[in-house]
Amino acid sequence: MKNAVGTTGLILNEPLLWKIGKKGRSGFSLPRRDIDLSPLDSALEGQGPDFPDLSEVDVVRHYTRLSTWNFGVDTGMYPLGSCTMKYNPKTNERQASLPGLAQAHPLLPPQLAQGTLKIMYDLERYLAEVTGLPAVTLQPAAGAQGELTGMLIFYAFHKRKHQKRSKILIPDTAHGTNPASAALCGYKSIPVNSNKEGILDPETVAGQMDEDTAGIMITNPNTLGLFEDNIRQVAAIVHAKGGLVYADGANMNAVMGIVNMADLGVDVLHLNLHKTFSTPHGGGGPGSGPVCVTREIEPFLPVPRVIRHEDQYRLSDDRPESIGKIHAFYGNFGIQIRAYAYILSMGADLKKASQFAVLSANYIKERLKGVYHLPYDKPCMHECVFTDKHQQQYKVTTLDIAKRLIDYGFHPPTIYFPLVVQGAIMVEPTETEPKENLDQLVDALISIAAEAAEKPERLRKAPVNPKVRRLDETTAARKPCLAG
Amino acid sequence: MRYLPHTDDDVAQMLATIGANSLEDLFASIPADCLRKDDLDLPGAMTEWELNKHMERLASEMAVCPEYLVFMGAGSYDHYIPEAVKQLLARSEFLTSYTPYQPEVSQGTLQAIYEYQTLTTRLLGLDVANASMYDGASGLAEALLMAVRVTRRKKIYISSLCHPLYRQVVRTYFEPTGYDIVELPYLKNGRTDLSQVTDLDACAGIAIQSPNFFGCIEDIESLAKKVHADPKTMLVVSFTEPLAYGLLKSPGSLGADIACGEGQSLGIPRSFGGPGLGMFAAKKAYLRNMPGRLVGQTKDLDGRRGFVLTLSTREQHIRREKATSNICSNQGLCATAAAMYMAALGGTGIRELACLNRDKSAYLKGALAHAGFDTPFSAPTFNEFVVRFPGDSPETYGRLISKKIVAGLPLVSYYPELKNHYLLCVTETMDREDMDLLVKEVTS
Repeated sequence: MKNAVGTTGLILNEPLLWKIGKKGRSGFSLPRRDIDLSPLDSALEGQGPDFPDLSEVDVVRHYTRLSTWNFGVDTGMYPLGSCTMKYNPKTNERQASLPGLAQAHPLLPPQLAQGTLKIMYDLERYLAEVTGLPAVTLQPAAGAQGELTGMLIFYAFHKRKHQKRSKILIPDTAHGTNPASAALCGYKSIPVNSNKEGILDPETVAGQMDEDTAGIMITNPNTLGLFEDNIRQVAAIVHAKGGLVYADGANMNAVMGIVNMADLGVDVLHLNLHKTFSTPHGGGGPGSGPVCVTREIEPFLPVPRVIRHEDQYRLSDDRPESIGKIHAFYGNFGIQIRAYAYILSMGADLKKASQFAVLSANYIKERLKGVYHLPYDKPCMHECVFTDKHQQQYKVTTLDIAKRLIDYGFHPPTIYFPLVVQGAIMVEPTETEPKENLDQLVDALISIAAEAAEKPERLRKAPVNPKVRRLDETTAARKPCLAG
Repeated sequence: MRYLPHTDDDVAQMLATIGANSLEDLFASIPADCLRKDDLDLPGAMTEWELNKHMERLASEMAVCPEYLVFMGAGSYDHYIPEAVKQLLARSEFLTSYTPYQPEVSQGTLQAIYEYQTLTTRLLGLDVANASMYDGASGLAEALLMAVRVTRRKKIYISSLCHPLYRQVVRTYFEPTGYDIVELPYLKNGRTDLSQVTDLDACAGIAIQSPNFFGCIEDIESLAKKVHADPKTMLVVSFTEPLAYGLLKSPGSLGADIACGEGQSLGIPRSFGGPGLGMFAAKKAYLRNMPGRLVGQTKDLDGRRGFVLTLSTREQHIRREKATSNICSNQGLCATAAAMYMAALGGTGIRELACLNRDKSAYLKGALAHAGFDTPFSAPTFNEFVVRFPGDSPETYGRLISKKIVAGLPLVSYYPELKNHYLLCVTETMDREDMDLLVKEVTS
């Protein structure tokens, strides 16, 4: 393809860390010693760990070279479905590294920590406004810990009523972590099939919901990128049997300012600040997974809570029905600062972000739907799901298409998920990509579809441009080598 | 808005392609009773420059150095972070990438995490380390759940000298399981008392912390001997200050089955308690029961070395409800920071830095003892220790705050029997004059 952003270039090799450096080097400016030695009991002392000794230049070169082997949002478009890889604003990084915030000790007396407490208090209010759920905890360190918090709340809610329910309903279009989070609370997950339209049928839920079921975990919009049109009816069915409705808010980027989760019947919801609220994902975290709940559920939220009294903020542990603590301190505060800065930068334009995210996904869906099989041909939310059905005749798979896209200069979409679609290719463009980039992605995928017909071998061998080609994952798992 | 690139013209063209008349039209398929009626009630958008001022004002309300002297550790430590580490970590290829699901374009993250796992095994003296947990507290909770899985026993003991907030997290994680948690008392010397453990054969694991919450170094070796009197029972060694293992014998070399704790000390700012780094390492025999992601070495089609996420059959996206844990996003960038920091220190540097922490802390402990204060626990300490201030100590503590000195953490809210006791911490960032000033002010 002409004018593809992907190309080849000079990439430097770099050995493993312990293959460089020499004993006697140092990359650290050791502080001046202004006191005497005070040796310990020698039985407790060891020789120190076997780390390599490197100079500062060794360290800088090593990690700079490694970094160039990575693809990030700043490098190019990253249409990884359900991960909302939007632009991570630079100013957020600055705010999080302000010394007053970055150096703050978490157990400072409250009168010495008004700045951080105010940030937490206000961020909770903003997230409450965006979701429509009035009470918020910022403590969960990631989305999956938010889910666990939610399930612990379900458990506590039923325990208050002297009930111990054993099951939880989880639609086949929910996120993969949901069943594992529920299992940590002893719940057996009962899969709920979505209908031909890709969404939940109230009748199906009614057939499965009973008084031994704690509730339902719904991802809305779901992982097919479809809005759960029947969510209010589903919620009513679950509530009628004494259950609760959990919403996985990982896909909140589609509906900010568009729906109010409390109106939909949601009792508990987690957000991923590293998705919807623009905080960087750091190659696998840290994330942040605040949990938003109704007033009825508020007593169960983790402690401590941030409270305000006459313009003074403090922390309170006085919540007898709380599930307890799920983080040593208050969660990933440094990530919370970035989300706070993002919300203050966007204001009411958060709604526009959702509108443009949905606009972009529908635009891609329309442009590609003849080229790739679209299992649910209806308006989508912030992401759309294709399959490799049209390409199978050439013995080309979703994996091949994804890998070939790397050569064109794009991070691949999410693949083989959701499980309910065979060979799924899940594209989430986000609102921060301009139309030119969307067109470039679409053109690349059209070109790849043509290659699949004409030169399928090229796809099966892809990628060829990155530093390494396809990796042998089978041997990696069969003979694990996890440390050097 | 500078993050939204769509021009009116772009929007019109895209809507035309879709066949929609307006942005609102895109949501027309959502049932009317599901649509939000009111507008978002949020503060008006700030410019970049307004935001800077606003945030600086908030940051100025915090007590941090150099304005304040904060002698507080208790799970969050003040250490110098080399500028090289900060700047390398800010490289957007590390910062703005996702979990490395596509290894061909994630080799930077993958090799960095593989190296982190390796350095962690060397620091803790164990065979395998994972790619990180959320923090020291959830790491400890998951270690104890792992001990239950491995041994199929349903009772654990946890030292009362494990961080009190970690113990709360363990209780939360254990609440729906019904497993039994028993807290172990401490001895007069500030170490854990195992004498109440009479049913080792029913016990999945025993958790201690070293250096413990009082700053005392536990005798891991003799604890391990006692715990392993039953060959199945697991010893879990938690920590909040991994720098100590730059100097101390590693938990693995002394008999720990799992070592887990908080890695914030290793190049990560305190940030009001997070993000930190849950470090987690175990003996090889327990590999397949470990929670969390793992990076492994392999080869590509041309035989070149490369790295991938591996053993994912333990994880939620394959086994779902049978997963060893539900962790998906972890603290990847913090693990990368810790690796960079350990690389910058090197084997020689980490030992020297750990010695300096121990010596500075010993200086203050000695000076306070010399001034007549009681340091009640006699076991050796690393960079934290407990001191008893006489008389009306809250008044003294408050007076010191007005002098911009935070004289440690009052222990009474965590240990009601320890009225007037304070946990003090001294790292390499404290000068001798700072410590002398504390002694002078507290005695005046």
